[in-house]
Amino acid sequence: MQECRLAAVNLACRRGDRVLFRGLSLALGGGEACQIAGPNGIGKSSLLRILAGLLEPFAGNVARSGEAGLVDERPALDPHLPLAGALAFWERFDGRAAEAAARLGLDELGDVPVRYLSTGQKKRAALARLVAQAAPVWLLDEPLNGLDTDAVKLVEALVAEHCAGGGLAVIASHQAMALPGGARRIALRDFIA
Amino acid sequence: MRRRLWALLRRDLALLLLGGRRGGTMLPLLFFMAVAMLFPFAIGPDARLLARTGGGVIWVAALLAAILPLDRLIEPDLELGMFDQWALRGMSEEWIVAVRVIAHWLSFGPPLMLAALPAAALLGLDGPTLRTVELGLLAGTPGLAAVGVIVAALTAGLRGGAALAGLLVSPLAVPLLVFGAGSLAPGGESGIALTAAVSLVLLALAPFAAGAAVRAARG
Repeated sequence: MQECRLAAVNLACRRGDRVLFRGLSLALGGGEACQIAGPNGIGKSSLLRILAGLLEPFAGNVARSGEAGLVDERPALDPHLPLAGALAFWERFDGRAAEAAARLGLDELGDVPVRYLSTGQKKRAALARLVAQAAPVWLLDEPLNGLDTDAVKLVEALVAEHCAGGGLAVIASHQAMALPGGARRIALRDFIA
Repeated sequence: MRRRLWALLRRDLALLLLGGRRGGTMLPLLFFMAVAMLFPFAIGPDARLLARTGGGVIWVAALLAAILPLDRLIEPDLELGMFDQWALRGMSEEWIVAVRVIAHWLSFGPPLMLAALPAAALLGLDGPTLRTVELGLLAGTPGLAAVGVIVAALTAGLRGGAALAGLLVSPLAVPLLVFGAGSLAPGGESGIALTAAVSLVLLALAPFAAGAAVRAARG
């Protein structure tokens, strides 16, 4: 896996006329993971979008090396297509097969249209897309939402493997989650403006 | 890069082409035929009047038909998070919308040119007029596709975006209409070249204008 690094300095985020958080800094290298914790609406998703480069921070800056992969509440899979077809688009686009699909228990769902999948199944499909992307920087927004206990364990294992392979992961979640050794936990509440 | 562009084009075509899955792909065509069919009813059976105005009617019908699919062009992919995923993979919005202009044109330009044949028969156009109409449509529909994608990107995510899109396309398409329909006047064949020129300018602008609009809509 390619070298990766993610550093944010003194970030602040504004949505509308409200500053959600300010003064947040973090630095992660290969093999490290970090959980962003905090109640709903505190700005976890916005922080991940800033780290991904999809949202301009109100203040501060982000330096990232290595491609980022994002899983959020939208699976980015065509809803009318059968799951296999929707994943096949990303396989063609990324040029890599979604081998994790079987491990995530998606094999039997291959011909079910994405719009008929449950919340947890959609989340698993998005995770399969993420694994196939093989990006060294993982940004996971509430990856456990809608997942059953087995799937939660699977996500924890995937993150651990990803970090062991030299990748880094930032996980925004209000739920407790087992992360690889030495993972940090940032409570966003401490940075409320 | 080429692999990614092919993957995009393949997906866009599957969504937008006739029989594609993003709903109502036959609508523009049926709408076009409906307008061409209604006009003789409204004007009456005066064959000479119909033949003189028919070419212009085909142009207006084509313009209106091109407005119908606009809300399916950009907005669904913004909502699905596709544009976010493409941005993460370093794919610029300009490339994505350029591919979409091609797919959008393929999905309504050639079918409209085919549908112009029965429409011309309904309106009683003669051979040379039909030829001018077809050449004009060939020159003008790529420009209409470009305007359509620009406007779809500008109105994506707005409330009532679909209605606004229709309103915005009309003035932007006026140059195409003036030169395209103008080529039907006696001795107006050079209008086709001007239509093509307008189309080329719009095609050159579309990726940058629509790409910037998509980035702005993401905020």
